[in-house]
Amino acid sequence: MSVVALTDYDFPMKDVRENFPAPLLYIGWEDHLLFCAPFCLPLPPDTPFGALATAVLPGIYGYHPDFAQIDWSKAEWSKSGQPWQPDPAKSLAENGLQHKDVIRFRTPGLTGIQGSFS
Amino acid sequence: MTPLEYYAHRGFAHVGRQFTGEGARVAAQMQSIDELRHYQTETHAISHYNKYFNGMHHANHWFDRVWYLSVPKSFFEDAITGGPFEFLVAVSFSFEYVLTNLLFVPFMSGAAHNGDMSTVTFGFSAQSDESRHMTLGIECIKFLLEQDPGNVAIVQKWIDKWFWRGYRLLTLVAMMQDYMLPKRVMSWKEAWEMYAEQNGGALFKDLARYGIREPAGWKQACEGKDHISHQAWNTFYNYNAAAPFHTWVPSAEEMDWLSEKYPESFDKYYRPRLEFLREQQQAGNRFYNKTLPMLCTTCQIPMLFTEEGDPSKICYRESDYFGNKYHFCSDHCKHIFDDEPEKYVQSWLPVHQIYQGHCFKPGTDPTKEGFDPLLAVLDYYEMDVGRDNFDFEGSEDQKNFAAWKGAAK
Repeated sequence: MSVVALTDYDFPMKDVRENFPAPLLYIGWEDHLLFCAPFCLPLPPDTPFGALATAVLPGIYGYHPDFAQIDWSKAEWSKSGQPWQPDPAKSLAENGLQHKDVIRFRTPGLTGIQGSFS
Repeated sequence: MTPLEYYAHRGFAHVGRQFTGEGARVAAQMQSIDELRHYQTETHAISHYNKYFNGMHHANHWFDRVWYLSVPKSFFEDAITGGPFEFLVAVSFSFEYVLTNLLFVPFMSGAAHNGDMSTVTFGFSAQSDESRHMTLGIECIKFLLEQDPGNVAIVQKWIDKWFWRGYRLLTLVAMMQDYMLPKRVMSWKEAWEMYAEQNGGALFKDLARYGIREPAGWKQACEGKDHISHQAWNTFYNYNAAAPFHTWVPSAEEMDWLSEKYPESFDKYYRPRLEFLREQQQAGNRFYNKTLPMLCTTCQIPMLFTEEGDPSKICYRESDYFGNKYHFCSDHCKHIFDDEPEKYVQSWLPVHQIYQGHCFKPGTDPTKEGFDPLLAVLDYYEMDVGRDNFDFEGSEDQKNFAAWKGAAK
C-alpha cells in the first residue's frame, strides 16, 4: 500500500547508509532484559566480528553479573531472528552484515538475575 | 504532554477549515479554542511547580529534541498530516473517545489523592470540554460510516492504526500510575480493565451494527496490561542520565503493592531485577545505561516490548523497503509502516539523529579529544545536568519534596 495524497508524495529516506559515519548494527542479548532494549551501534564494516565480544560488548553489557561468565564459544547467534553462524576472524562486512541489520546472541545456561530473564 | 495540546489546537483549526458542513466545522473550531486554553492552563499548572522542582523549565525546547518526547510528537505529527478524516478518527475518536479516560481519570484522581491541587484545577477545567470532544469523535465516525459502505474498511483501518498508536503512547501513563505517584490510586492494569476492557468493549459492541469490530491490536493491548508499566519504568531507570526527571527503585512496601496488583508478572519477571538494582545502587554502583537503544520506526519507543505470550523475549519485527531495513516493536507497528512506508521512512528517530550528528549545538567538535557525546547531547537539550536528571535519591527534588510534605502536615 502507499500514502493517499493529492499530489506526488516522494521524500528522502532519513536513515540511509550515506547519512551515517558507519553502518548501524543492532545487537540484543537474549534473556537479559535488565538492559531494557537492544542497542544501536555505528560500527566500521572492517571491524572483526570477534572484536564484538572482546572490545564492544564489555562496555555495554559488562555491568551484568552474567556477562563475565559467558563462554563465547557456546554463544548462539541469530540474524533477523534466524539461526546464524558468524566467523569471529572475519569482518562485520565479510560476515554479511549490512546497515541496520539486527543480530542477537543467546548464552546457554545464563538466564539473568535469579533466572528472571533480567 | 503540554505541547501536544497546542498541536491539537493547530490540528482542529486546520480541519475546521476543511469541513464545509457547519456542524463539524463549528465543533472543530470550538475544540481548537479549547485545546489552546488547555495548553495555557497546563502551562500555568507547570509554572507553579517550576518554582520548586527541577526539570520543568523548558517544555517547548525539549518537545522538539529530547528522545522520549519524539514519541508523543510523532504521534501528533502523524495525525495532523493524515488529512481531515483520518485526523478525526485518530484524535477525536480513537484517542478522545476510546482511550482518554485512561489518561484523565487516573491522572486526575491521582493528582487529587496526592494533594496536587494545581493539576486538579486544570483537570476540572478541561474535563467538561472532553465530553464535547468525544461527541465530535463518535458523531463523525457514525456519519462517515453511514455515508458509504466503502468507508467501513477505511475507517476500520484508521481505528486499527490509531488505537495502537494511542495505546503505545499511553505506556508513559502506565508507568506514571504504577511507579511515580507517592500515593497509588489504582494500578494501570485495573484502569485498563475498567476503562478499556469494560467501557471500550461495550463501545465496539455498539459499533458492530456499522460493521466495525474492535481494533486489531486489542488482544495484544489487553495482554500488555501485566507488563508495560514495569518495562517502561526500567527503560527510564536505564536512561535516567538523559531524561530531565528522576527515577528510583520502589521501596519494599511499594514492591509489595506491585506484587499484589500484578500477581502474574511482578514477582516472576520484575521484582528480582528491581532488588538487584537497589543492591547495586546502595553499594554506590547505580546503573546508568549510556549506549543508545534500538527504536521502533513507527512508535519511536525503544524496543522494550516483549512477545505476546512470552515476557522473556523482546519482540522484533522488520520490513524491507527498497533494500533498506526498518524495525518494529510489534506486528501492529509493522503493519502501520507497511501500509504507508513513504511516510515513516521520514521518521525523525532520536537515536539515528544523534548518530548522524544532528543533536549537538552548533560549533561542537566531535573529533576533539575527550569528547563526551552524552554530555554534548544533554547540552543540546539544555538540561541542567545533576539537577534535572539522575536518581531521585540524593537529588535536590528529593529535599524539596520532603520540605513540601513537611509543610503540608
